[in-house]
Parts: sequence; structure tokens; C-alpha cells
Amino acid sequence: MIVLPIIFQFVAGTILLFFWQKTTLQKFLSILFSIIGLGISIWLFLLVWENGIMITQSGDWKAPFGISFVADTFGVTMVLLSSISGLAVSIFSAGSMRKERLEFGFFPILHFLIMGLQGAFLTGDIFNLYVWFEVVIISSFVLLTLGGKKQQLEGALKYVSLNLLASSLFLIGIGFIYGLTGSLNMADVAIKLDNLQNRGLVSVTSGIFLVAFGIKSAIFPMYFWLPASYHTPPPAVSAIFAGLLTKLGIYAMLRTFTLMFGGDEFMGDIMVILAALTIFSGGLGALLQQNMGKIFGYLIVCHIGFLIAGLGMYTELAIMGTVFYLIHDIIVKTNLFMVSGLILKINGTQDIRELGGMYKNFPIISLLLAIPLFSLVGIPPLSGFWAKIFLIQAGLQTQDYVLIGFIVLGSFLTLWVIARLWSEVFWKNGIDLPKKANGLYFSQMTKTDQWLMVFPIVLLSGISLYIGFGAENIIILSQRISTELMDPSGYIEAVLGLKTMTP
Amino acid sequence: MLIAVILGFIFAILVPFFSKFVKKAIPFGYSLLPLSLFIFFLQFLGEIKSKGHILFHYQWVPSLGIDLSFRLDGLSLLFALMITGIGALVFIYTTYYLKGHKYLDRFYGYLSMFMASMLGVVLSDNLMSMFIFWELTSISSYFLIGFNNEDPASRKSALTALSITGFGGLVMLSGIILLQAVGGSYSFTELLNSSEIIKNSTTYGWIIALFFVGAFTKSAQFPFHFWLPGAMKAPTPVSTYLHSATMVKAGIYLLARFTPLLGDTFWWNSTLITVGAVTMVFAAIHSVLRVDLKSILAYSTISALGILVFLIGIGSEKALLAAGIFILAHALYKAALFLITGIIDHETGSRDVTKLAGLQQVMMPVAVAGFIAALSSAGVPLLLGFISKEVMYEATLQFGDWAIILTALAVLTKILLLVAGFWAGIKPFTGTLPAEFGKAKLPSPLLWIPPFLLGVLSLGFGTFPSLITESLIQPVFSSISGSDTIIQLKLWHGFNLVLVLSILTLVSGGALYWFLKPSNDLFQKTVRFEAISPQNIIEGGGKLFGSFAGIWTRFFQNGYLRNYVITILAFLTLLMAYRLFGEVNIYIDWNQISAVSHYEIIVVVLMIISILFAISTNSRSVSIVALGVVGFANCLFFLFYSAPDLAMTQFSIDTLTVLLFMLVLVKLPKNKQYSSKGIKMRDALLSLLFGTLIAILTLEVFEEPSSSEVSKYFAENAYILAKGRNVVNIILVDYRGFDTMIETVVLVIAAVGVYSLMKLNLNPSKKDL
Repeated sequence: MIVLPIIFQFVAGTILLFFWQKTTLQKFLSILFSIIGLGISIWLFLLVWENGIMITQSGDWKAPFGISFVADTFGVTMVLLSSISGLAVSIFSAGSMRKERLEFGFFPILHFLIMGLQGAFLTGDIFNLYVWFEVVIISSFVLLTLGGKKQQLEGALKYVSLNLLASSLFLIGIGFIYGLTGSLNMADVAIKLDNLQNRGLVSVTSGIFLVAFGIKSAIFPMYFWLPASYHTPPPAVSAIFAGLLTKLGIYAMLRTFTLMFGGDEFMGDIMVILAALTIFSGGLGALLQQNMGKIFGYLIVCHIGFLIAGLGMYTELAIMGTVFYLIHDIIVKTNLFMVSGLILKINGTQDIRELGGMYKNFPIISLLLAIPLFSLVGIPPLSGFWAKIFLIQAGLQTQDYVLIGFIVLGSFLTLWVIARLWSEVFWKNGIDLPKKANGLYFSQMTKTDQWLMVFPIVLLSGISLYIGFGAENIIILSQRISTELMDPSGYIEAVLGLKTMTP
Repeated sequence: MLIAVILGFIFAILVPFFSKFVKKAIPFGYSLLPLSLFIFFLQFLGEIKSKGHILFHYQWVPSLGIDLSFRLDGLSLLFALMITGIGALVFIYTTYYLKGHKYLDRFYGYLSMFMASMLGVVLSDNLMSMFIFWELTSISSYFLIGFNNEDPASRKSALTALSITGFGGLVMLSGIILLQAVGGSYSFTELLNSSEIIKNSTTYGWIIALFFVGAFTKSAQFPFHFWLPGAMKAPTPVSTYLHSATMVKAGIYLLARFTPLLGDTFWWNSTLITVGAVTMVFAAIHSVLRVDLKSILAYSTISALGILVFLIGIGSEKALLAAGIFILAHALYKAALFLITGIIDHETGSRDVTKLAGLQQVMMPVAVAGFIAALSSAGVPLLLGFISKEVMYEATLQFGDWAIILTALAVLTKILLLVAGFWAGIKPFTGTLPAEFGKAKLPSPLLWIPPFLLGVLSLGFGTFPSLITESLIQPVFSSISGSDTIIQLKLWHGFNLVLVLSILTLVSGGALYWFLKPSNDLFQKTVRFEAISPQNIIEGGGKLFGSFAGIWTRFFQNGYLRNYVITILAFLTLLMAYRLFGEVNIYIDWNQISAVSHYEIIVVVLMIISILFAISTNSRSVSIVALGVVGFANCLFFLFYSAPDLAMTQFSIDTLTVLLFMLVLVKLPKNKQYSSKGIKMRDALLSLLFGTLIAILTLEVFEEPSSSEVSKYFAENAYILAKGRNVVNIILVDYRGFDTMIETVVLVIAAVGVYSLMKLNLNPSKKDL
């Protein structure tokens, strides 16, 4: 039952494959499927919210022998968020994506990508997680190269090489886990690892996982592929990448380090150091860039640092901060790249030196775009602000004062970068750029297409505002997730059938 | 109360919708908002006088202990009245000042957003919600400074102001959280009870340091002061409202508010006295070296803020009283001076104090207002400025050993400020009117009534201090000092040292005004010191940081894939090695390892050869093919261990991967030899190290007595439950059938990718839009 979102996306992707060249139909179907997918996610979320952790054993093989699917609050929240992002990007692509790309399987792959993500969020099996990672990598690789421009391929090469490296390390790690415990079911592994005498070996294994997921989530010193590749594909693709791909790495890290390697102090310290350096590197990188896509790319890195910081400190409060930030970040980063896509469509460039005059020419759109931009900065009480309170509080408790300094620095750099961006892109007088002959500008688009581009930004901005102003609800959710993560006994019991199963 | 605070936000959101209507029907309709709020707050005067403070409580984010509680006491009431009162005048003034401006409605939107945030700052009892409003004032100030957004200087000033105040805000946020950690609450009222605990805690120094950074950046204290003169790029109503009367006093408000909670310790007092004194003298000197009216006023504002910090730092009852009066006195005269400057600018198009003169001939009422404001700023008797100055001198004179120095500094500052005030309020109106300003005329009353009204208040309160002593100043004093002393304000203190100092101030100030004429030469002299000004140092620091950012980023993000891979592997190798040799007893039992067959040896040799081939060849395609061979050799292992299905899948995946890679690689430029021998050696060494580590680890892992529960189950039940003899196959298609299915999907996606890459080739000359 809980695999329904995955199955649904699978069906959606497959159906879309059958309408290979019929782009208009594909647009319609993709949006429709995304809406239904969102509906299913909401339903699953509510179900888990009411009933607690739910389990499905594939093929009805009892855990730990088959593959278990587990819907805990964290998992379903991530599924929900990915559905929201997916819907937004699907609508945005319908408005903005070039026909040629749509004719070559953009939409089916998009749905397969979402399927991969949701599978990863719901699986309770470490090898199965690896398989979902594969789905995600291969679909993202196809999306990244779709169109095959030289610049895209160059970025894609770095992306895929480093991600494959991560996958191999992940696989090596799984091999070690299997060697140590003889099991792949994460709940089962958790118990067996816990009973293992040779802690050092567990620690080394967790180090491999740290690096494998670290590459995926772009933390220091493994973030290189991200700034190299995220600005190259069409913004709609970057949007889904920015919102969800690095977050998948974070998800995996949160899951494995709370469930399987619970609280290895040494690795925690390492993570805190890496978090500080990640914030630093991302912030400094963003400071220098002139291309909007690259600026946002570095900002992703910077904010990944915030997420790792919480995991590194490893207290309930800190994890709560991480979860809250994760929820905020998925929505706002997806939105951000759509924003850059919209600006690109309007002006024909992403270079902030050439951009300008947005505020004069499009006052309403400018104010709309201000919402995600300033939410990202975390101008209180917008969504980026709340998590920082938790992180700083947690830092005080664990006495990671230097880390707090870096969090403050990171926030400041974000503020500065976005304020500069605002000043350049929105306030400055634009220069008349020569129109590109074969580009389709916003002003030349049909009204429907224009709306299809603006509406998802409105949608996600609305959600960001809700996260900010309705922070209480998000805090309650993060608190529950954090409690479940920090005390995985409920999860383990549910998976290993000490509780009644729901087939 | 909640409505009173957020009304401005609602208003700001609604402005775009009813702007057309307001423009036609009631041009000054916007002013009704601050005006009605002003009246609303006036009602509380009596209640505050009798009760001390009133609390209002609204829930918001209870799990964090953040709520929208408001605390109305003397201090917050004074600020609320200033915010709404001066706000009302500024709103009225703007209707004419920016009449016909294209974006007038936006301007009002920002302005009311600012007003609401500022009210939030001064009324919030909850420190976190105060911080939220605090940041909102910074943001609205950013939008207002950058209101003339097509002017690069405006944009730069806006960014500078936001950087400084935003930075201070973030630092203060840490302070608030730290305070909460020590004091156990975000509520100011509750924290007041644990004042002693906080002062004696080990983190007290940190708390005040963090708060100081917040307050000093906001209130433009040395060395963070330079954003304020820059902020004068904003339209004059904004300068009046934000950058003189209200927002910049938020830092002062903060310090005053926290005096009963954190004050009266050595570090608190000495830091504030030092910073305040440096700021007030430094800025006062600067104010008389400028020629642009707004610059003069900006520096004199900074100096006044310095005086306030200085007084709060002294911390005696007299000093706090002086601060309380001075907040009001300064707001009244400085707002008036700014408004007058705006009028002059509006009518003559000049703000150059060296040129302006004789305007009293054409705009008498404005000149009157200017005179009153200048005199109040000078502290001439019968004006509110006089009372505040007297009390201030009394306070400095009582300050023990340092009394002489502090008093001297105060007198010096006051003398210089007197000159600055005269330049702004008197100089433009006296003398003969230059011909170039011949066209200047008295503007609409909407412009001159606001400063005039402020002058009347200065005069009224100064002449009859009893008007405000009990109703306003007493509660303000009580809430800053936390004491119940009954205060008295008098015009006549008898012949004493204070009076002598007052006379000295007036006489020498007057003399200085007489002899020192504002000139560009003086201004040029300051330019020489520009290199060591805090602005330059901080900006230089910023640039340095920028170059460092460049070095750092280029070092890590150097564009070479191989460097990325090396960095990552080196990091992992270090991490593993450190843990492995630090924590694990390495012991490998060779007897446990099963015998190796000769096929296996052949395949391994094949693998090694192809790997060597792959790394030594110059052609990309050859190395891809060689790697493909390694993949196939791997598949052979699957075959040896009786998993033909798996081997088949692996074969096809490998083939596809090689194809996909070939397609990508074909488009890349030709492979060249970039690496020197040394680098190659380093890489080889690293690979060997990494490989060895993984090998040791693998052997180590298999030393562990792992439970074979799962594999046993598979072996035992494969035939019984799953009806198959080949266990591996059963695992693949049944136990773990899901994995296999998904891997099939991976294949499909890869196939689509390969197809698209081959077929779809967007013309590179087309820019992607």
C-alpha cells in the first residue's frame, strides 16, 4: 500500500513513454499525473500522521528476508515535498521547455526521477536504496544531457563521474555492511551493528557512507560537481535537481547515521567541521559569481552546510533544525531555479551584469520573486529563519561556538549575495541586449505558457510563506521526525514485525 | 494592540489595490494611518502613568517560546508616540514632497511597512519577535534607501546599510538565543526576574558583546557609523523618519531597554562610555567639516546617537534621565531640521550650505521652524534641548574620577553640534538671498507645517516642562532605570557649575559659528584621512575577503575533474586510514580464505591488464573500451558463482554504459597529456593506498563472525517457498524482485538517454531560451 506513490510514478512515466512525440498531450498528462501523485502523497502523509509508521514487505517476504518499505514521518514528508516540487517543475516545464526536448522523453524521465526519489525515501533496505540511487542518477544524467549542448555535456561529465564514484563507494559500503551483519534490511542491520564488538570497523564503514553520501549532497570537500553542472541544463531541470537531488544525499545520511550508525561521536565531529567548511566554501563561491545559475548553485552548497551541521551536532534539537531547514530548502531551492528560468526567459541572459530593470518593467513579478529570494535569506519571519534558531541553540548546547560563527557568516553571505542580486537584477536599469533570433522570449510566449511559468512560482512561494508564518506546524512536524530519528526503536520494531503488519 | 502593530503591514499589502482611489479622493489619505495610531497610543498615557506597564499576549509559535507579546511601558510608549507622531508628519509632508511621483504608492507601502516593524521592535516583549521586527526594519530601510533605484549610488548605499545592519542583526540573534539559554525565556518581563543570574553567568560577557554589535550597527556607532551618511541617498522624508528620528534609535532603545536587565556592570558601562564618547566627538567634528546639509545632519545625528550611548553607559539616574529627555528632544529638533532641509532642497534644488542664504525673505514660516530647531539643538533656554543638556552636564559632573574628562568631551561635542545645528537651521535663512535662488518661494503648507509643529512642541515642552514631566518622562525614566525616584525638571537650577558650562557652550559655540564658515576646503581636509576611515578599512577588509574568496574558490573549484576525484579520494583515504589504524586491531586469518581457482586467476590478470591499458593509453575511446573489459571480467565472476542471469544483466548494462560514455566523450576535445610525471606518481600512490585500504578492510570485515541468518533462510526456503533451485536466481527474481525490476527501469531510462543523445542535437549556435 505504501509503495503506491512509487508505483504510480512508474505507471505515469511508462504511459508517457507511449506518447513519445505528442508533446501537448504529454504536458497535459504530466501535470495531471503530478497532481494525482501529489494527492496520493498527501493521503499517505495523513495516514502515517494518524497511524504512525507503516510497513509493506515486497512479495510478502517477511523482514529481513525480502525488501521492506517503510513509511515513517520523515519518509512521507520527503515524499510529499518531492511531489510538490515535481508538480511545480512539471507545470513549469510545460510552459518553458523547448519542444525538441519534450519530444525526446523529458516528461517520462522526469516522472522516473520522481519515482526514484520517492522509492529512496520509502525503502527500508540499504541495497534497495542503492538501486533507487541508480534510478535517480541515470534519470538525472539523461535530463542533464538532454539537448546535448557542449556546455551541458561538460557539466554532465563531472556530474556523472563524481556521482558514479559516490555510487561505487556506496556499494563498497553496502558490501561491508553485509559482511559485518549478513543483512541488508536497515532495521535488522541497525540491531546487528549495535551488537558488534568491533566498533572501529563500524566507524570506518560509516566513514565510507559519509563520503558516498557526502558527494551526493555536495558537502566540502566533495561538492565540486555541483557548481560545475547545475547551471548548464534548462532551469526547469536545475530546479528539480536543486530541490531534491542533493537533499536525497542528506536524506540518506540522516537515515543511515541515525538508524544504523547512531551517534558516532568522531563522525559527528568530522561532520561539524565539514559543515563549517561547506558553508564557507559555498558562501565564498556565491560571492564571486556573476551568473545567476552559478550563484544559486554555490548557495545550495552553502546551505547544505546548515543541514550537515545539525546532523553533526546530533542532538534532538539539532536534528530538528536540520529537518526544518530541509523542508524549507527543498521548496525554496526548487523555486529559486524557476525564478532564474523566468528571468532568463524575460531577458535572455543569466548574467547579473547584463540584467536589470526587472522592477521597473515587471513590478508585480518582481515582488513575487522577492518572496523566494528573501525566504532563502531567512529574513524573519520567512521560512529560512526558523531553522537557524534551532541550529544556534543546539550549537550553544553542544558548545560548537565556531560552528555558530560559521552559521552566522553563512547567513550573512547569503543576505549579501541576494541583496546584491536584487540590486543588480531588479533595481539597476537594464541595458538593451540584442534579441537572439531563435530564442523564444517571455513576451513572445502565449498567455497560457506565461501562466504555466508563473503559476508554479506562485505555488511554491505560497508554501514558503506558509512555512514561515505557520512555523508552529512545521516545528511540530520536525519535532516528531526528529524524535523518530533519534530513537529508532519504533522504526525497528515496526519493520521487524514486532508490531502488526499492514500489507 | 496586535492590530495596531500589524495594521501597517496590512496597509502595505493593500496599498497597490486602493492607490488609484486614494490618489483621486483624498490625497493625504495615507496619513490617516499613523495619525490614528498616534491618537491610539496617546490614550495609554494615563494608564502607563498609574500602572507602570501593560502586557498584551498573542500566541504564535509556542513550541519555540515565541509569541507576539507586547509590553507597553514608559520607554516603549515614548517610542511608539515618536514613531506614529513623526510618522504622521512625515506622511503628510510626503504627499506634497513626492507629489506626482510615479511610485508614490510603493513609497507609502514601504513606509507603512517600516512603521509597523518599528512599532513591533519597541513594543515586543518577546525578544525573538522583537528581533523579527528588527530585521524587518532593516529590510524596509533597504528598500527605502534604494527607492531611487536607478541611481547606482543609491543602490550601493542601500546594500552597505543592509550589510551592516543585517550583520549586526545576525550577531544579535546569537545573543538573544544565548540569553534565552541562560535566562530560560525569551520574554523580557520574565527575564527581568533573573537579572542577577544572567549577570553572574559565565557567558554574560558574550551576551552583552553580541547585543552591543547589534545595537552599535543599528545606531551607527563608531566604527559602524558610515552606513548612515550613505543612507542619506534616500528621499528626505525617509532620512527624517528612519535615519534620524526612529530606526537608528532602535539600538538606543535596545540598550535602554536592557539597562535594568544587563546594565550596571563594569564592562557594560565602560564599553558604552568609550564607544559613545568616541562616536559623539568623532561625528561632531565631522559634522562641521561637511558642506552638504544632509551630510551635516547625518553626522550630527550620529553624534547625538553617540551622546545617547554615552549617557546610557554612565548609567546613573541622572544620566538615564538625560538620555530619556534627549531621545525626545533630539527627535523633535532633528526631524524638523531634516524636513526643513527637504524644503530647501525642493525649492532651491541645492543643499550646499556654503551657497544657501537669505531664504527667510521668501519662506518665513520655514525660517522660524529652522531657528527654533537650531536653538533647541544648541540647548538655548526655553527649549527642550536646554533641559536635556543641563541634565546631561549634571550627570557627567557626578561621574567620580573621570568627571572632568567626560564633561569636557560632552561640552566639546555640544559646542560642535551647536555649530552644525546653526548651519542647518539658521545659516540658509540669514544674509542676502543669492540671485540663483530667486525663484524660491514658500511651498505648500503641507510641507512647512510639520517642521513648524515640531518646533512648537520643542518650545512648548521646553518652556513648560511640567507638560511632560509626569505623564511621559517619569514613566520613561522608571522603565530605563528601574527605580522609583520622582524626577523633577526645572528651567532654573540656580547659579552653579552646570549653568557656567551651559553658558560656556553657548558662547563658544556662537563664536565658533561666527568665525568658522562652512567651506569645501574644510571638507577637502577630511578627504586626506579617507584612507584610514573605518568605512575604507571595512570596505578594504571586504575586498580582501573577496580576493580570499577568489583564491579559496579557485583552489577547490579548479575545473579539473581529476583534481576533484583526487581530493575526494584523498579525503576518504585519510579518514579511513585514521580510523582503521587508530581503532581497529588488524588481524587477518589467511587460513579462512578459500582456495583460488585458475579461471579466477586468468580473469584477474585480464582485469589488471585492461586497467593498465586504460590508464596508459592516450585515446579516450580505448580507455573506455578497456574499462568495458574490466566490467565484462566482473561479469565472468558472476558466472563462476552460478548467477548467469545476473551476468547477463551486467553484460547489457556494461555495454550500454560504454556506449553512453562514448557518445559523451566524442564531443569532448582530444585527450592531451596534462600531467607531469610527479603528478602521475602522486596519483598512482594515492590509488594504491586507497586500493590497499579497501582490500584490508574487506578482509577485516569478513573476519567478523557475521550472522548468516538471511542467507541460510534463502538457501533453505528457495525451493520450498519460491519454487526454484538456483538460489541466486530466486533472490534476484523473488526475494529481491523489486530491485531487479527497478534495475530494468534503469536500463530503460539509459536506453532513452542514449537514443536522445544520438538523435537530439540542439544546434550549438542557438542560445537556449
